[in-house]
Amino acid sequence: MIQNLGRKNENESLNQSPEKMKLKQLEGLLGGLQQFPQPKVELEQYPTGPHIASRMLFTAENSFGDVSDKVVADFGCGCGALGVAAALLSAEHVLSIDIDPESLEIASINAEELELDMDFIHSNVLDLGWRGPIVDTVIMNPPFGTRKIGADLDFLSVALKVASQAVYSLHKTSTRDHVKRTALRDFNASSAEAICELRFDVPKMYKFHKKKEVDIAVDLWRFVPARHQRST
Amino acid sequence: MRLLTHNMLSSNIKGVVNGFPLRIEAEKVAEKTVEMNGEFLKKMFEKVDWKAFVDASRAMGYTELPEDADSSMLDSDEFLNRFHHALLELHLEEGALVCPETGRRFPVSKGIPNMLLHEDETLKVVAVKFTFFLLTHVVSFGWAVLG
Repeated sequence: MIQNLGRKNENESLNQSPEKMKLKQLEGLLGGLQQFPQPKVELEQYPTGPHIASRMLFTAENSFGDVSDKVVADFGCGCGALGVAAALLSAEHVLSIDIDPESLEIASINAEELELDMDFIHSNVLDLGWRGPIVDTVIMNPPFGTRKIGADLDFLSVALKVASQAVYSLHKTSTRDHVKRTALRDFNASSAEAICELRFDVPKMYKFHKKKEVDIAVDLWRFVPARHQRST
Repeated sequence: MRLLTHNMLSSNIKGVVNGFPLRIEAEKVAEKTVEMNGEFLKKMFEKVDWKAFVDASRAMGYTELPEDADSSMLDSDEFLNRFHHALLELHLEEGALVCPETGRRFPVSKGIPNMLLHEDETLKVVAVKFTFFLLTHVVSFGWAVLG
């Protein structure tokens, strides 16, 4: 399900530091999370499954050091998988934001069950006011923009303003060139790299879905904001 | 919500020039112990707006932080402990965050601030309304002149 685009095999890093959480452990813990009971189509609520969430945060931590001891914000957190994964990988402070109160309730239960201290904010990601470069890393599985065109890039634009170190995001593989161009040209990113291609399994959740299950090819991206770029 | 989150939020209501810091109305505060990370605190000290942080901690009923602080204090364990406690162990569970300019209250319930803006508080709506105004008024004005 995972194809690496020129980056080292994730399994190589598994043995590096024995005290660190392993990928399979992380995936296992995320597998126990509650999901949306009634997904809302207008918000494009598709759960970020344990396979993708674990690989996304594991890569962010083990290949780039963007998670442990960091302030991490999860944009459009849904039921909280990405933020929970960040907290499990020792992020010092996790702030998860969503517009949907029911998702936030599930996300906070998910955090509680794993005894993780996380902060949640009920807000439209695009409307929230920020002060100062406190957030290091933004992680997100944005709406892909199938219902509202460009929704994922609206999220990315804000993420690149808020993060001082890196942004990890998922975008449809079919939009790869467009995402790269927009991030570098319009959103002031100093680098935009598609790290790997993943399969997003979307089970038949909504009435308009004709097939039982669809696979969407998505890229895992790492963006670096230009203004706050610093050596780590 | 912890005070670290409070320190990075501001009111984003249309027309508000300085929405920071949000005033805290605390009805219920919880304390949850977390392990101290000295390196993290030192990094945060550079980024936190100290005055807003001290005021926020007082609104939460914690009065042990000094009015002014400089980085030499980071060598003191006592100071680090207090900074750590106020930044990461105090949680606003029930109450509100209040916009310093407009007095608009953002309620906090079960630890989660509701920062959702009403439709007429967002910038986007203003842009849409302006476009609509242009389309309707200017175009009809044009018609009237030409006609």
